[in-house]
Amino acid sequence: MITFDAVSKRYPDGTVAVNELTMEIPSGSTTVLVGPSGCGKTTSLRMINRMIDPSAGRILIDGTDVTAVPASRLRRGIGYVIQNAGLFPHRTVLDNVATVPVLTGTPRAAARREAAALLERVGLDPALGRRYPAQLSGGQQQRVGVARALAADPPILLMDEPFSAVDPVVRTELQDELLRLQADLGKTIVFVTHDIDEAIKLGDRLAILAVGGRLAQFAAPSQVLAAPADDFVAGFVGRDRGYRALSFTAGDGIAVRPEPTIRIGDVPTGADWLLVTDDDGHPRGWVDAAAHPGGTPVAEADLRLGGTLLGPGGSVRTALDAALSSPSGRGVAVDADGRVTGSIRAADVFAVAERTARDEPGEPPVPAPAVLSKDRPA
Amino acid sequence: MNWAWIDSQWPTIWQEFGQHVWLSVLPVLIGLLLSIPIGALAHRYGWLRPPLVTLAGLTYTIPSLALFVVLPGLLGTKILDPINVVVALTLYTVALLVRTVADALDTVPDDVRQAALAMGYRPVRQLLAVDLPVAAPVIGAGVRVATVSNVSLVAIAALIGVPQLGSLFTQGFQEDFATPIIVGIVGCLVLALVLDLLIVLAIRLLTPWQRAGRIGRRGRSAAAAELAEVVGPAEVIG
Amino acid sequence: MNGVWTFLSDGANWVGPDGIWTRIAEHLQYSVLALLIAAVIALPLGALIGHTGKGITAAVGLANLLRALPSLGLLTLLVLWGLTIVQDNPDIPARWGLYVPSILVLVILGIPPILTNTYAGIGAVDPAVRDAASGLGMTGGQVLRKVELPVAAPLIFAGLRSAFLQIVATATILALVVTLGGLGRFILDGPKSPVNPYGIMAGGAVLVAVLAIVGDRVIAAIGYAAISPGLRSNGRPGNRRRRPALTTRNDPAALAEVQQ
Repeated sequence: MITFDAVSKRYPDGTVAVNELTMEIPSGSTTVLVGPSGCGKTTSLRMINRMIDPSAGRILIDGTDVTAVPASRLRRGIGYVIQNAGLFPHRTVLDNVATVPVLTGTPRAAARREAAALLERVGLDPALGRRYPAQLSGGQQQRVGVARALAADPPILLMDEPFSAVDPVVRTELQDELLRLQADLGKTIVFVTHDIDEAIKLGDRLAILAVGGRLAQFAAPSQVLAAPADDFVAGFVGRDRGYRALSFTAGDGIAVRPEPTIRIGDVPTGADWLLVTDDDGHPRGWVDAAAHPGGTPVAEADLRLGGTLLGPGGSVRTALDAALSSPSGRGVAVDADGRVTGSIRAADVFAVAERTARDEPGEPPVPAPAVLSKDRPA
Repeated sequence: MNWAWIDSQWPTIWQEFGQHVWLSVLPVLIGLLLSIPIGALAHRYGWLRPPLVTLAGLTYTIPSLALFVVLPGLLGTKILDPINVVVALTLYTVALLVRTVADALDTVPDDVRQAALAMGYRPVRQLLAVDLPVAAPVIGAGVRVATVSNVSLVAIAALIGVPQLGSLFTQGFQEDFATPIIVGIVGCLVLALVLDLLIVLAIRLLTPWQRAGRIGRRGRSAAAAELAEVVGPAEVIG
Repeated sequence: MNGVWTFLSDGANWVGPDGIWTRIAEHLQYSVLALLIAAVIALPLGALIGHTGKGITAAVGLANLLRALPSLGLLTLLVLWGLTIVQDNPDIPARWGLYVPSILVLVILGIPPILTNTYAGIGAVDPAVRDAASGLGMTGGQVLRKVELPVAAPLIFAGLRSAFLQIVATATILALVVTLGGLGRFILDGPKSPVNPYGIMAGGAVLVAVLAIVGDRVIAAIGYAAISPGLRSNGRPGNRRRRPALTTRNDPAALAEVQQ
């Protein structure tokens, strides 16, 4: 557990970056510090490994003050990932990953062996280990950055906007990779971002900070969306928060209706959209029977690619998106193997969403870890 | 060109060439060793930088001829002692390289520095293991400039009588005889060229990652190294 | 240091054909003339290379070659040749036999810093800025005059200052050529003087240094007036430490800061 005890950071020019911040970051889960620029989220993060020293207050890790050990020793036990990875350009990828183990006295050969294994773990070909950072793409560099932070197997991982410099597609990949890694590792991750969507996706808990370093809300993402603590939080999570909140409602209750399917080479009949699958029942796309020249078989080129799919365990948000993104207006539901199980309609999704919305506001706020701040008593 | 003279004087010329080599190289080696800690201090402590840069600039305004003549009085050495030349050129080298080292350390990307700090490097080890290697291309470019200009400066010591290739200039001038002068100039050019090539080679061996970077995208330090070649002697700045 | 003061504070040492004022005037004359000629050669050449991006390798080679030429060797050789030429051609004033070679040596010294800084300064102009200028309908010459040269100005002036420093310091060896004088005379003749030898010699060195610093300040002042306020580097030392890593390709101001 990382404890912030009335921590403040004031700069000599009078700027207050963090104002009497008190919070408890639980172990083994991901806590996202999120807020607009100037809210002190990066400053707060960097005070944990003493890259910045607080002007007042204390930070404790599992009850021990971070100032109790020399800064360099403290840092070797805390992984740190930053925006541009900060890889050492003069060292190979493998030696970059092996940095901290070598610093702490692991023989180089052993450290390199472990580094190669770690590369695989973060989804990189170990053959990349011999390259220099400049020869990698931005996404690969960022993966190396994560591997390097994990090399000494630190219980805590600090991540400062690690994915904000890569393109959206790669960012999504990296986020998924992090979720997968975290499911295996169960580290205490403190993650800083200004992107509320990223925060909702990755965080078990969100610490929403307002400009001037004030902690506005500390709660699970679902609760932040359902019950923003104040106008600032409501404004920050945005107008879409009702829609975003659908991410936290399981789509199990949505009616899945039978959907007739045809195959490539079949002759479509009727005047409706028809779902085309391959021989194993995996969805291939939609064909509009009304527009299809009568009597001719369906060819690959006739297919309109379908929208997103609703798999088992999908949320209401996924279901709604599947329905809205399908050319037929019917979202495709699939089983764990990706075979079509039927289709869902937006109206049915809305019914579930409405029911959820009616039920939840009345629910008492989920008891969150202490949200304590001098100017905002909980 | 009087080839017979060259032939007859060859042993002397060769000896003077040898003298010239170590009088040019030794000050660069000593100067580099001194400049790294001083430059690192100037980089780390901002307040040290303006006085150091001004001092370096002032050193550069002292004519080498004057330094060669004054140093025996300060060091208690004989006027013809080559040590005077080594000390004088070391001073110039330090004046040039202190700024280069400090500027080169500035080119280490901030995220690299932050990452090193966050991984628990202590200052000296970080300087040796991270900052200096990353700054090496820029420092190397500065060493090239210092070495080449040293080869030219050493020759001036002939005016006070320290034997090396420059002695061929004074000899030729006094005897109204161009051959020794041409031999001396060619000798200096060859020496400068060879030393320059050796340094380029050493930099390449020390920074394999630089070429790796060029295959992909241009590394920042590559651009910075190009810049350092531009930097002439330090300037006086108040 | 006492000797230096004795030498410099005696008014009698300042006047006359061998006096300090005469030597300063000679020294300054050679230095300024050499700087101007070097600039006239190196500036257009550097601008052309920087603008076209062609011939950079050749320019680097040329600059390194000129840097490697030993000034003393060049001076002695050119003077020998110069004297022969004036002997054979009575039409040429005899003085030129010494004068032209001396200036030439200083010019060669001044070319590398001006040349490299000019093409590097222009090469460092942000390609986006250059594109924008062309997009506004400027011709190649206009882009060079109105955009590239002004943006490269901080670096060009740094090159001029660097060239001047080397020229002034090296002009002392012109004393070798007896009749040309200059402040080097004090350094070369001082040690032979029966009275205050050390003071005269060190005094000469001090005068050279002062001349270099004053000249440097003057060029810096001209540069300050000529450089757009948007490109002036902020001289506050505090700013240096947190300076982001240099990217020569797109930040000439930062580039120039390294120079100064």
